[in-house]
Amino acid sequence: MISKFVCSSVVALSVLMAAPVSAAVKIGMITTLTTKAGYLGEDIRDGFKLAIEQGGGKLGNVEVELMVEDDGRKPGKGRQIAERYIKSDKVKIMTGIVFSNVAMAVVPKVVKDDVFYISPNAGPSALAGKGCHENYFNAAWQNDNLHEVMGQYVTDAGFKSAYILAPNYPAGKDALAGFKRFYKGKVVGEVYTKLGQSDYAAELANLRSAKPDAVFFFLPGGMGINFLKQYSQAGLNKTTPVFGPAFSFDARILKAVGDAAVGVHNGSQWNFDLDNSANKQFVSAFKAKYGRMPTLYASQGYDTANLIGSALKATGGEPQNMAAFRKALEKADFDSVRGNFRFGNNHHPVQDLYVREVVKDSTGIHNKTVKKVFSSHQDAYAANCKL
Amino acid sequence: MLLFIEQVLNGLQLGFMLFLLSAGLTLVFGVMNLINLAHGSFYMVGAYVAATVMQASGSFALAMLVALFTAGLCGFLVEVIVLRHLYKRDHLDQVLATFGLILFFNEGTRMIWGRQPLFMQVPELLSGSIEIFPGIPYPVYRLVIIVAGLLVAAGLYLLINHTRLGMRIRAGASNRSMIAALGVNIRWLYSLVFALGALLAGFAGVMAAPVFAVESGMGESILILTFVVIVIGGIGSVKGALLGALLVGLVDTLGRAFLPDLLQWMFVSSSANSIAASLSSMGIYLLMAVILAFKPRGLFPA
Repeated sequence: MISKFVCSSVVALSVLMAAPVSAAVKIGMITTLTTKAGYLGEDIRDGFKLAIEQGGGKLGNVEVELMVEDDGRKPGKGRQIAERYIKSDKVKIMTGIVFSNVAMAVVPKVVKDDVFYISPNAGPSALAGKGCHENYFNAAWQNDNLHEVMGQYVTDAGFKSAYILAPNYPAGKDALAGFKRFYKGKVVGEVYTKLGQSDYAAELANLRSAKPDAVFFFLPGGMGINFLKQYSQAGLNKTTPVFGPAFSFDARILKAVGDAAVGVHNGSQWNFDLDNSANKQFVSAFKAKYGRMPTLYASQGYDTANLIGSALKATGGEPQNMAAFRKALEKADFDSVRGNFRFGNNHHPVQDLYVREVVKDSTGIHNKTVKKVFSSHQDAYAANCKL
Repeated sequence: MLLFIEQVLNGLQLGFMLFLLSAGLTLVFGVMNLINLAHGSFYMVGAYVAATVMQASGSFALAMLVALFTAGLCGFLVEVIVLRHLYKRDHLDQVLATFGLILFFNEGTRMIWGRQPLFMQVPELLSGSIEIFPGIPYPVYRLVIIVAGLLVAAGLYLLINHTRLGMRIRAGASNRSMIAALGVNIRWLYSLVFALGALLAGFAGVMAAPVFAVESGMGESILILTFVVIVIGGIGSVKGALLGALLVGLVDTLGRAFLPDLLQWMFVSSSANSIAASLSSMGIYLLMAVILAFKPRGLFPA
């Protein structure tokens, strides 16, 4: 019996050893697939996978192996996964994190361990200014960008006063700071709500009595759905226009909010109707594969994959050669679905930012690009980065 | 002044919303001595089923019926399959098991409905707003929530105090083995009470669906408030739940509404904003601490 067991173990072991050592470049993705925000990570992952599939399992003609793990929105868990990727899987390229607090727990550590981290979403200011790092790249935006574009747009549109709201946490404060950086009118109310709040009746009543010309809010996920529904039920959408960043108006949230979102203007670096061939191809391929509209998160995942592909191609699939790989990433030599895209000195995008309007037509409720507000916009922290 | 009245109304409305949820929870705890963390899951089930049926049929009444039935049935099954075996165990085991149920239900809704939050519109008849005071329009649907809360409170009062079933429920709460010895099938009585609690939670879910986001995990964000409510009101007391819910609703809403302005008098504007935000989210917990300091078993100990 025992000899039988030993025999079979030896056979099993030798099979394991004989398995061809895969030459594929490993990419470690840490993202949020559970909790209410799970669809963000799902879209980033699906966009990323689409790019790999279009290359026939390759990015930039180099075979890649994508590993995906769920961080459950917890910084500690993200860090554990990162350590495992580095120690046991010897990963040299990481990506995927959705939330800034998770990114802050993971990114500064992994880039010090000679791993490239390319962010498909989170862009906290702490990593864009003094805390920038040569191995850290952000392929989405710096967190403030989508709020800054709305500040500029609301100013340009001639709204003299604004009432602004965000949840009481760091990204909420950054959001309102970003808006105010470009808004030249008067802020008649600045309100920080509880994170995860579902009832906004008190805030809406105060808002009505402050009589602002415009309302700007940043309430990601379900909070935004609650706010928009209640805003329109209170009849405020007929008197006071609402503005916000794209985060509260992606294709999935619009489905849950319904007509209450129609007419709202929101700021984004991407929309499905941007007129360039890379984007048209991406949108139709994504719809064909997954049977739903891509969100901005999916577009960021797709761009991140192609950015990595461009650097793999330039270095022949050797991220170990760090200097060459870094140089190739800096060039950003890929067709972004956003069109105009390059990296600034702090490895954050210098890109165009648009205002979109939520419209309803025969195909349903979706975003229509209204105008380009910023051309080649760079974040406010780049000057503090010593790269 | 008008703003103040409007905010009081908002507070009452939030209070009644909380009451709908806490009535079932406090009933289950009072009668069965069971801590049920999964109460929010029945709320979620109610909301999801209602949104789905409403989308398919367009009828709010049908959505309400199907959702109530499903939530009640879920409660019944959960009691028979899981909780029945936990009555003799201590509260920590119950907390563990019902926490597991939360994960089960959240993942279940994700598997059935996906990660996409659902949409449910306010029924045509109840949409729009009326002017309660000149210049202050108030959404009809929020008034309906207040009325629904009052009706449920009255209904529960009649059920518990003036029916045979209510008598048995009260008897079961005070002495389980005696009522069993008198020939009442206490097992089924418990199943019934638990299903009733789940049904009430489902009702709260249906009422909440047009106002709040219908998404996986929606129960937990409101469950904490619900526990505050029943602790303040006195665990097991429906009367306490009503009063506690209204207190919590009012304190929370008025705090959010007026603390920022109040603090503007004392501090510079920027720090006033963040202090107000922190203070108003602490408000209900301060309220709970104060009440427990004077009445350690809540306002109406059962």
